[in-house]
This record gives sequence, C-alpha cells and structure tokens, in this order.
Amino acid sequence: MTDAVVSPVPESEVKGRSLFQLAVMRFRRNRPAMAGSVMLVLIACFSFFGPFFISHSYDQVFSSYVTIPPSLEPRPGEDTLEEAMKGVAARARVELQSFSVEGETFTAVVTAENPIDPRTTRYFDRANEFDKTEVLSTEDEGRKLTLSGVVDREYFLFGTDTNGRDLMARVMLGGQISIAVGLLASLVSLGIGVVYGAISGYMGGRVDNVMMRFVEILYSLPFVFLVVVLVVFFGRSFVLIFIVIGAVEWLDMARIVRGQTLSLKRREFIGAAEALGLTDWQIIRRHVIPNTIGPVVIFVTVIVPKVILLESFLSFLGLGVQAPLTSWGSLIAEGANNIQSAPWLLVFPAIFFVVTLFSLNFVGDGLRDAFDPKDR
Amino acid sequence: MAETQKTMEPILAVRDLKVSFTTPDGDVDAVKGISLDVRPGETLAVVGESGSGKSQTMMGIMGLLAANGRVSGSAKYRGQEMVGLPPKALNEIRGAKITMIFQEPMTSLDPLYPVGKQIAEVIVHHRGGTRKEARPRVLELLKLVGIPEPERRIDSYPHEMSGGQRQRVMIAMALANEPDILIADEPTTALDVTIQAQILKLLRDLQKRFDMAIVLITHDLGIVRHFAERVVVMRRGEIVEQGGTAGIFENPQADYTRMLIEAEPHGRKAAPPDDAPIILEGRNVVVDYKIDGGFLKQRASTFRAVDNVSISLREGQTIGVVGESGSGKSTLGRALLRLIASKGAYRFGRTDISGLDRTGMRPLRRSMQLVFQDPYGSLSPRQTVGEIITEGLYVHEPQLSRADRDKRAIAALKEVGLDPAARNRYPHEFSGGQRQRIAIARAMILKPQAVILDEPTSALDRSVQGQVIELLRDLQSRYGLSYVFISHDLSVVRAMSDYVVVMKDGKIVEEGPTDAIFSAPREDYTKTLIGAAYNIGP
Repeated sequence: MTDAVVSPVPESEVKGRSLFQLAVMRFRRNRPAMAGSVMLVLIACFSFFGPFFISHSYDQVFSSYVTIPPSLEPRPGEDTLEEAMKGVAARARVELQSFSVEGETFTAVVTAENPIDPRTTRYFDRANEFDKTEVLSTEDEGRKLTLSGVVDREYFLFGTDTNGRDLMARVMLGGQISIAVGLLASLVSLGIGVVYGAISGYMGGRVDNVMMRFVEILYSLPFVFLVVVLVVFFGRSFVLIFIVIGAVEWLDMARIVRGQTLSLKRREFIGAAEALGLTDWQIIRRHVIPNTIGPVVIFVTVIVPKVILLESFLSFLGLGVQAPLTSWGSLIAEGANNIQSAPWLLVFPAIFFVVTLFSLNFVGDGLRDAFDPKDR
Repeated sequence: MAETQKTMEPILAVRDLKVSFTTPDGDVDAVKGISLDVRPGETLAVVGESGSGKSQTMMGIMGLLAANGRVSGSAKYRGQEMVGLPPKALNEIRGAKITMIFQEPMTSLDPLYPVGKQIAEVIVHHRGGTRKEARPRVLELLKLVGIPEPERRIDSYPHEMSGGQRQRVMIAMALANEPDILIADEPTTALDVTIQAQILKLLRDLQKRFDMAIVLITHDLGIVRHFAERVVVMRRGEIVEQGGTAGIFENPQADYTRMLIEAEPHGRKAAPPDDAPIILEGRNVVVDYKIDGGFLKQRASTFRAVDNVSISLREGQTIGVVGESGSGKSTLGRALLRLIASKGAYRFGRTDISGLDRTGMRPLRRSMQLVFQDPYGSLSPRQTVGEIITEGLYVHEPQLSRADRDKRAIAALKEVGLDPAARNRYPHEFSGGQRQRIAIARAMILKPQAVILDEPTSALDRSVQGQVIELLRDLQSRYGLSYVFISHDLSVVRAMSDYVVVMKDGKIVEEGPTDAIFSAPREDYTKTLIGAAYNIGP
C-alpha cells in the first residue's frame, strides 16, 4: 500500500468526543436549560438538606400558632405575649396580676383565692410561647406566686397550616416525596418501557403485534381502577406509588421506543450487525437501546412532571401518601381549600411546584436541542 | 432579455466572497474569499470534492445558509448587491431571476401538495394572480420539462412520481419565472445514469431556449466535460483553478485539478483461473417481497425483486453486478448471504446452505461479509471505532481477551490505511472515505473468504473512490478474497471486476467477462447503460 492511501486521522491530541459529550457541550451553552438545572439542584438541596437546618419537624403541631401568616419576625410577637399569658392563666384558673418581659425571660405574678399548687407551672410550659417556667417566690400562704421562665420564640418563615404545623418543614417534606416519586416512577417506566419497546419494535411481525395489543389493552384500563386494584392487592405503601405510576407511564415510553426502533431497524448498521452474526438480543442491547437514548432522555423530562402531578392526584383521592406525610400535590390541594383565609398555604408549595416544572421543561428542551441539533 | 448577447459583461459578479460558520469549536471558514463571474447564457461548472465549499458559495449568495452561517464580501446581480440584502428584497431576485435546483428530488418537494400547486405557488408569489390563472402556465412548464401526460400529472403528488420526474418538476419550478441564472446543485447525483443523461439533455435544451446561464455544482468531472463551457475548481474554500473546459481538461495547471482528473478509477483485474473452486453460489434465486394488502383487502400481493437469477462466485473472482435502482442487485447480494428470506439453492464452498436458518448460518457469517453503501449509516453512532470493528470478534471469537481484541483492531485499522489511534474515536469524526475504510475493516477483521460490496464507493468523492478501490483490490490480492461488487457506476465496476452481470427488473439481462461486456455489449439495455455514462475521457 502506498503512502498516499493512508489518510490522516483528525488531530490526535484532541480527545475523541462521543455524541454524548457533544450533547453535554451543547447543553452547557444553553442558558435557560442550565438555569433550569441549577434551579432543580437548589430545590432538591432545599428539600433534602433543609430539614437538617430547621428546628421544626414536619409533624410537630404548634397549637398556639394555628394558621399564622408567614413572617420574618419571630413568634410570639411582643404585643401578643400578654394576651397569650392571660389565656394561659385563665386555663390554670389563676388571676394574672402583673406580667413583664425582659429579653428572653418573663416574670408573671399570679394570684388565686386558694393556695396555688406549684405544679400549675405545667400549664405555662404547655403553651408554645413559654418554656422552663419556675416558681421564684411564694407569698400570702401560697395564694400569690411569682413565676419566671423563658419566652420560646419560633420562626415560621412560610407560616403554619390549619393544624399549626410549620409550612416550611412540610414543603421540604413534600419536595422530598414529590421528587422521589417523580424520579423513581420515571425510572421504573424507563426500564420497562425501553426494554419492552425495543424488543417489540425489533422483533416486528407477530411478536410486535401481540406486544403492542397488550399495551393497548392496558391503555384502555382506567388508571384509577388499576390503582385501586393494586392497592387492594398489595396494601397501601409508599413503594407501591412508584410501582403503580411507573406501571402506567411505561406504556408511552414503550411506544416511543418502539417507533424509534422501527426506524433504527432500517439503518445499515443494524444490517451490518446482522451480517456479522449477532443474535437478536445482542443487537437490541448493543445497537438498538443505545441509539434510542436521545429521545428517551428527553421523554423522561416530560414524564417526571407528569408523574408528580399523578401522585398529587392519587394523594387527593386518598390513595397516595398518607398524613402526616405529604407531597407538593397534597399541600396544594390543602392550600386551595383555604385560599381565602390563608393564601400562603397555596402560594408556597405552588411556587416550588411551578418552578420545578418550569425547570424540568427547560432542561427537557435543552436536552432535545443538545441531542438533536438538527431538529431545531 | 432574449437578445442578451454573450457579452463579457458578467450577469453575476462575485468578489471576495467569504462564508464562515460558528461552531462550538470556533469559526470554520467554508469559503475563503473567492471571486467568479457568471456570464449570460453560459454554463459554468463549479467542481470540487465534498467540503470544498462549492455549495456553500451559492447558498451564501442566495441567503440560504444555515442559522450559524455568515457571509461577507460581494455578489452583484446586474449591479445589485445581494450580500446583506434583507430577505424581502432578496426574494425579488431569488426564485425569480436566480433559481436553484437541488440534489435530492425526493425531499425538495412538499409531499402534502400536488406538484401543480407547488409550481403555481412560485408563479403566484412572484407575479401575482391566482392559482387558477397560473394553471395554463404550469401545464406549459410541465410539457416543457418533458413530463408525460401533463394534464394528468399536474394533480399528482410527489410520491406518485419517479426520481427523474420529480427532478423535472423541480426544474419546472425553477423555470417558472424565466430566470437569468439557474443554479443546479448536484442535480443528477441521486439519479440513475440513464435518467441523468436525460435530465442533463433537458437542461441543455432549456438553456438554449431561454438563454439562461447555468451554474452547475458537481463533483462529477464526467458531466462537467460534456456539459460545461467554463470550469471553476474549488478546494477547501478557495479557487484552485478556473478556465475553459477544454483547457482545464487537456492542460490542467494545478496539481489538484490533475489529481481530480486522474482520479477516474483505472486499471483492470485479471480473471482467476477457470478451474478455481466455486466459493459462493446461488442457483435460481427468487426473492419475493410481500406487499401488505392492508386490513380490508383480502389478498396481499407480492413483488418479485429477484427473479430466477443464478450466480456463482469463484475463489479470487470479482463479479460486478450492474443495474439501475430497483433492478434487484442489492437484494440479490443479501439473498446470497442468506440475510433475507429467499428461494433457491445456495452453496458456500462445499456446504449446502439452502436450508440453514439464522442460528445455522451464524458460524459461517465470519467467512462471508457485507460492506454497505452508506458510510454514514452503516456505523453505529454511539460506539467507538474500536468497538465497531471488533464486534464480529465478540461474536465469533468470544474467547479473545480485551487486549487481544484491541491488538486485532490495531492490525485491521493499519490494514485499511487508518491510524490505529482512530479506534478510540467516534464515527462522526471521520470523513466519508475514512468511514468506508472503517466499514471495510469491520468486514476484514474476521478474515472472510467472500465479501459482498454493496455500492461501497457510491457515496464517496471521485478521488476517495479511487483510493477505496485501490484498497479493495489490494486486500483481494493479499488474501485471495472473492467479491460480489454491486454498483450502478460503470467506470468503477470496470476497474474492479473481471466478470459483469447486468440486471434489470430482477432478471439478468446480460453477463460475461468485463471486457467483452464493455467493448461489445449485446443487449440494448446494456448499450444504453454504457452510452449514458459520462466518462472523463473525451
């Protein structure tokens, strides 16, 4: 062979770039998509790591602070303290003579007609506003007590719900569950759908016919009916939600992958693989599935928001996550009920939900452009 | 305009035209400042290999660049600057005064509208009036471009027409407003040779009739020699040489031009001895395609793609299978390899393979390989070159370790003249010719005895074609391979094969030793085929 026949390979110091790497490069350049990704990461961090930084747990009830609006000021406010103390005193069947607050400590003088049991302090501790109440001095044969304790200040940046639970903690928990359901159910549908669709499309003929008719039968079953049946059989559990939603969503995925496979099948590299003697399964695994990844990844970004919505629908029916657990969907449903009296109950979960869906859409768009630059 | 004489005043003057594209890896200059003139009524050929910027030059002038393209410099049509003109003003010229026809007649027409409507649209857009008023003009145009039964065809949809007819419709569209310049971008590359000859003849007739200039963009020097008056040779975005056709072909100045002219495949292959054993044989091969009758139709009809063809390939022999598209030559190749369902008796060496199913054929696959036409489609875009070429080993020699496979990949790449470093890269980083070498390496790594080459050079530039043919011949003599070489390109078949089979409509029309077929064809069809092929030689 002569030298002229040897054709040079493009500059070898440049590392070989796979289609995937090229896609990542194009994605990076896409601003809305990158902003979407950053938003998603922030929301995920907020949901998953946030609970470590706030003192309230999602099921902690603050009976003194039911349905309070969001505020940057700590609760209780100075003006409401005396009111709160009067209420506590009434419950303890004592009369409040004087009340003063200095910094974080309060001093209260209470009187009664009969000698007061020192255990009355429990009434004060029981209120969310006051803590560590102790008796400083006893006068008048126990008919007059001077009490002091700590004013327990709490921050409710997002306000509280109708049960007096911190909305921020609940939004975080809702985020955890919604994101987890979204991702896991999408992965379930991805796994089933890709394999099923690739096999159906590649085998073709009768196999394809039978497999796709089966998909159509599943399509025709009402979703709620399917869920109820599964719940009755397997009992209600958190894991079941992933499986149920995944089991419904894979139908779309299977159809998309089958369509892709049908067009891939006519490509010459599949023919070349056949001529090399690869078995059907080897061709599906080595050639068909890797080449459907582009549209599949894009479709997953569509499925995730869809799944999140489905989950909230299930929760609404009482088939999804159960209280005190919650998800964005159920928080929004709850907020919608109180939209006039407590709009923040709707606003905060809705903001997170909408931002997440927007981000997912931008990311999905970005992925589509990155994988299929010719489609623009 | 009819009186326009062939004055030396250019009708389109391009000066220092630059086209560049913004890509993630920085700007790519596709056209690096070229100047050329198009004179009224002349045929100017712009020649170059793919990537030489010949199409982009014209696209740049017409304002049809991709979104990331930029054009600068000057292109004056009758004194009016076209570069930088807003689209609306540009539309006054393009589509009316300068029109284009493209390579791909299959995709250039909108499949949803009848062709008459599409032609009428062009007329209505530039001249006003209604579609109905334009109809007589459309009929006239269809008649002009030689569409049979124009009254009926005017309401046909593109899919009801053949490739040649669609290209005629495209030409009719381009002529609708009697342009001064017709830019033909590889107008016949996708067509069979006989159709190609008809279309070129049509263009020439129309040119005389309308006295328009034709800018012919092509990589096929054979066409240029017979068709153009002046030639511009482009390479890497620059003009290498320009001048009169005769001058360029007889006395090329630039080395590159000389190389292009000499790239026509030459040489001949000696026939193997007559007693060489038969390696692959198919007797009475019949391939039927079932055309699905649909849900309500009772009977599904069949289409006979290969009709009772017998072919036997001897060791060391190359059989060229020639025919136009739809003649069943590719189907025959696949039937011989038992890749599609077919009837007939097949033999590989001494083994009867007629009754073998896929599993039965698998051990034999390594000895009989296939190389495809499209170097872009035949390599999986998500595998590295190394993975692609060692795929056969993975099936047939699963005991090999990763390191052994890698060694074999290096050897195979060296054999086809590629840098072994290529094995870690992905196919989209390679040019067409390099990809075809990769495809050949994939077949050769298994050390096959018989290889079916299905148009392995059709998608490549002439100069690259020559190299690939050299490579194939070289491999053949080194390993005593036998080829079935399927092609519609007669000059390539002539250089490759020692026996030629001419196919038409699934049947063998004529067969015989290469020289006999080319020097004294017996059948009319063979004569037509050979007559329609343009050669670079005078």
